[in-house]
Amino acid sequence: MHTHAQQTSVPPLVRDRVDNFHGQQLLYVGWDHHTMICAPIALLVSPELHFGELIDSLLPASAFALHSEWPQIDWAHVEWLHADRPFTPERDATLKAQGIGHKAYLRLRTPALRGIAGTGA
Amino acid sequence: MNTIQSTVFMALQTNDDTRPIIEALQRDNPDAVVHRLPAMVKIDAPGRLVLRRSTVEEILGTDWDLQSINLNLISLSGNVDESEDEMILHWNR
Amino acid sequence: MNTQDTRRPAGKKLSLKEKYAQMTRGLGWDTSYEPMDQVFDQLGLEGIKIHDWDKWEDPFRLTMDAYWKYQAEKERKLYAVLDAFQQNNGHLNISDARYVNTLKLFFTGITPAEYNAHRLFAMLGRQFPGPGAAIACQMQAVDELRHVQTQIHSISQYNKYFNGLHDHTVMNDRLWYLSVPKSFFEDAISSGPFEQIIAISFALEYLLTNLVFMPFMSGAAYNGDMATVTFGFSSQSDEARHMTLGLECIKFVLEQDPGNAAIIQRYLDKWFWRGYKVLGLVSMMLDYMLPKKVMSWKEAWDIYFVQNGGSLFNDLSRYGLSMPKYWEQSVAEAEHLSHQTWNAFYNFSGAAAFHVWLPSDEDMAWLAEKYPNTFDQHYRPRIEHYRKLQAEGKRYYNPSLPMLCQTCQTPLIFTEMDDPTRTSHRQLEHDGDTYHFCSDGCRDIFAEQPDKYVSAWLPAHQILQGNCVEPGTEAAGDPGADALRYFHVVAGQDNLDYEGSPDEANWRRWKGLDKTTPAAAA
Repeated sequence: MHTHAQQTSVPPLVRDRVDNFHGQQLLYVGWDHHTMICAPIALLVSPELHFGELIDSLLPASAFALHSEWPQIDWAHVEWLHADRPFTPERDATLKAQGIGHKAYLRLRTPALRGIAGTGA
Repeated sequence: MNTIQSTVFMALQTNDDTRPIIEALQRDNPDAVVHRLPAMVKIDAPGRLVLRRSTVEEILGTDWDLQSINLNLISLSGNVDESEDEMILHWNR
Repeated sequence: MNTQDTRRPAGKKLSLKEKYAQMTRGLGWDTSYEPMDQVFDQLGLEGIKIHDWDKWEDPFRLTMDAYWKYQAEKERKLYAVLDAFQQNNGHLNISDARYVNTLKLFFTGITPAEYNAHRLFAMLGRQFPGPGAAIACQMQAVDELRHVQTQIHSISQYNKYFNGLHDHTVMNDRLWYLSVPKSFFEDAISSGPFEQIIAISFALEYLLTNLVFMPFMSGAAYNGDMATVTFGFSSQSDEARHMTLGLECIKFVLEQDPGNAAIIQRYLDKWFWRGYKVLGLVSMMLDYMLPKKVMSWKEAWDIYFVQNGGSLFNDLSRYGLSMPKYWEQSVAEAEHLSHQTWNAFYNFSGAAAFHVWLPSDEDMAWLAEKYPNTFDQHYRPRIEHYRKLQAEGKRYYNPSLPMLCQTCQTPLIFTEMDDPTRTSHRQLEHDGDTYHFCSDGCRDIFAEQPDKYVSAWLPAHQILQGNCVEPGTEAAGDPGADALRYFHVVAGQDNLDYEGSPDEANWRRWKGLDKTTPAAAA
């Protein structure tokens, strides 16, 4: 809008385009009803990462693993959301192969686990 | 548009310069409510608040320049009408 | 312009109104070598139409001689207090050393914003052809510079004794949470002139600065900080004038042309939300960081936004303006804002330039009283859990980087209106990329001007791109440690908990608090 720069045809600077991440991409993961982890986390991942590695290696090194309910997660019954819509991941497929692109947002829901003292924390 | 009862306010530093100003505001605005907070006095009034130079001068017993309020004014709300003789805060509705 | 009609016969004193008219009407002229629309070349870009700049009225009618006289008097008062503060070791008379952490946040987050406000008004004064508006902007540019200087002078006394105050300009440029206020000002300063003045003079000064300068500065006094309350109220005495400028400006623009109202409403909606998001930092200062508390965030929001803002919008409804979009949400969220914000800093205190701590039993009783609908239910159990972990020596620090809002740059720490345990998240696609937001308000702002916000410098992403390494040094390979050095945060000194910090140790020594415990002597 209102400045000279925007009147010209200079393309906008997209600061977080995937090319700026040196072959990697951003992936965000949130754990519903566990507000002790104050915000979804931002990870740098390869598009070739297998979903299983996310669960087995990356998340255990994140804030999630410091929550007392982390060891109790029954991974067979975790509900996943991708872009806030239900999603069934394939453990052995890459992120790329199942459409999880740059800046994708995944949420996991563990209905049996209700956070600290059952408060959703 | 909303159900808020329109209120104007003036907030002044707590000091000797503002004592006569607060007293004048109370005298000239019977509906004004004075809140004393740490280091600060906030005077609320429904819709309109007037500060008269003549009242301050009467309390002080000497001349007083209304613009010197700028030294001790912390905040205000409302449309401002200022002349040599009075400063009025008001909402038009 | 003809000034004859405001002149009086020689010898007769001019009235305030006449003096002001001499200054603001007599000093303007139309250019003759260059066309006016090229000299004031940003004016037409926003679609705002001004037909007669002479209709601009400054109700304070401050002339230059009066301005300098009163500003000089304010400075004399302030510096007398600062001398006394220094000579009497005023830093030892505060309620508790925890208090100084509010100053660290203020000094790194708000003082640089004052400097940006100075720059903004210096440029704005150049953009308005009406001398009334130009002079008001010029005075405000000088005011803002005064605020920066007096804040640096006042806080320098604390910098001699407490950590985290040593590098406020670099921190403001780089430190992750300070990108929230920094990007707010950069968003404003890169807008058109009318949007700038609505953003700062109206939305920020009129609707929102009271929240910083009244309860917080009153809180400074209550906590024994004579220096801060004095610079705060000295600054705020200028703000009273700035707010009036904001209100006069909006009325002037609305009265000039009926087409202006829709543009102004759009600016109000945007800047109310932008400002509200910055104030999350203030909410935790009031509720969690002042050792002696004056007023809760919710009470402050009720008084200064709901009551004061409501009155203002009642008045402006005659121009067809309405309360800014999503204002109801800000009221509902007042029950949650400070608790969620403080939790974020408890998570990330390893990467902050100030200390955090858990509220005491007494603090929690106060929070429960002020937040009867939310504190015991949602927030006390989490704090008690943290307390238990700390007692077991397992203090929880969040080792991950957070997902940030593309517009306000706050981590996604806020929750949905209907579920205070689920992260509020919005997203949209633009030009082949995905963008994430903390709220409908922030998503709408992006959608209005995507080309502006796609270039946001989001700290978490910059760290992951490898851009947060202190210039002139080699990356150590640990992005967290590299980022701290880049932020100019000294690890183990400026960050982490208050308990166990050098600040705490010094305070206990100065105040003689350890004398009775034999362990401390050993």
